[in-house]
Amino acid sequence: MNAVSQLDQVKTGPWNGGRSPWSVEYGKIMMWFFLLSDAFTFSSLLIYYGAQRFSKLTWPDPDLVFQSIPGIKDTGAPLVFVGIMTFILILSSVTMVMAVEAGHRRSKKEVIAWLIPTIVLGFMFLGCQALEWTHLHHEGFWWGTIPSAEELKHLFDGPVSLVAAQQFANLFFTITGFHGFHVFSGVMINVIILIMTINGTFEKRGHYLMVEKVGLYWHFVDLVWVFVFTFFYLV
Amino acid sequence: MSDHSHTTEGHEHGEHAGLDKAKIWKVAGILTLITAIEFIIALWAIPGHHIPQHVGNYIYIALTLVKAFYIVAYFMHLKYEKLGLQLALTVSFIFIGYFIVLMLIEGGFLNIHMMNH
Repeated sequence: MNAVSQLDQVKTGPWNGGRSPWSVEYGKIMMWFFLLSDAFTFSSLLIYYGAQRFSKLTWPDPDLVFQSIPGIKDTGAPLVFVGIMTFILILSSVTMVMAVEAGHRRSKKEVIAWLIPTIVLGFMFLGCQALEWTHLHHEGFWWGTIPSAEELKHLFDGPVSLVAAQQFANLFFTITGFHGFHVFSGVMINVIILIMTINGTFEKRGHYLMVEKVGLYWHFVDLVWVFVFTFFYLV
Repeated sequence: MSDHSHTTEGHEHGEHAGLDKAKIWKVAGILTLITAIEFIIALWAIPGHHIPQHVGNYIYIALTLVKAFYIVAYFMHLKYEKLGLQLALTVSFIFIGYFIVLMLIEGGFLNIHMMNH
């Protein structure tokens, strides 16, 4: 040992090359950084929404706009429907972690058993969102379209602002639409990895890292919903 | 080089031992509980004038950040990753914080401007 000079000794530190310093597989790091960039996109949308809301003297009151449970109750139930949607998405996140956990133990059966409810809950969320959109559309809201000033009186707490109502409509459909698009992609990717699991692709590969990466994406979708829920429905 | 792929995978399985089923249900319970608290504030505390709207808003945002922490730290396993990755993924949100401050000040200015004109 003493014969080797300091310079010639092989360095073994995490950042000395030859291995991943974070001990994370390449694809998983890429998924993380994709999600980081996606978080920036969602942040920009929500910050623009915040800036618009701050600049207006009045804004449609969420408790008045969102007070129906499609197919059950038309008015008088603020937040109930979106509460159900939030619960569905949290639950689907839980089933996804369970699938990832089963993947660590390489238990094919359990991965399948947890992926199926994740997909079903994802579809349920999308169905709820479709109902929510349809309801608002029937009330007269859409990109570039708002109900008449007379009808808007019932949706504002104070004086009616047509500009605020239009900004609300555009941003609501854009942001929940962009989120819904992510949920839809997530469900499709979940279906793909379910088929791959059933085919035994991951079993042959020796690990279920793909389930982990898709899991990251799916949790991110839930994470974004937490913020959308707060800023559109609560605040 | 074959040594390299071994280290990566060996670590992969060791790293995530921290999250078992009981812990997952516990985190799910916390998330549901926080959402329930948000509903109590929205449907009882604010309409009943127990808390003013603006205080409620701060509570909502604080609770949202707690929920975000639990999702990212436990469901996305970030708590069990190495510090380098944790920093790489979180520090850049300083810019988002800055952007929020900028845009809300701008919005607030427009609001005052509209009231005066």
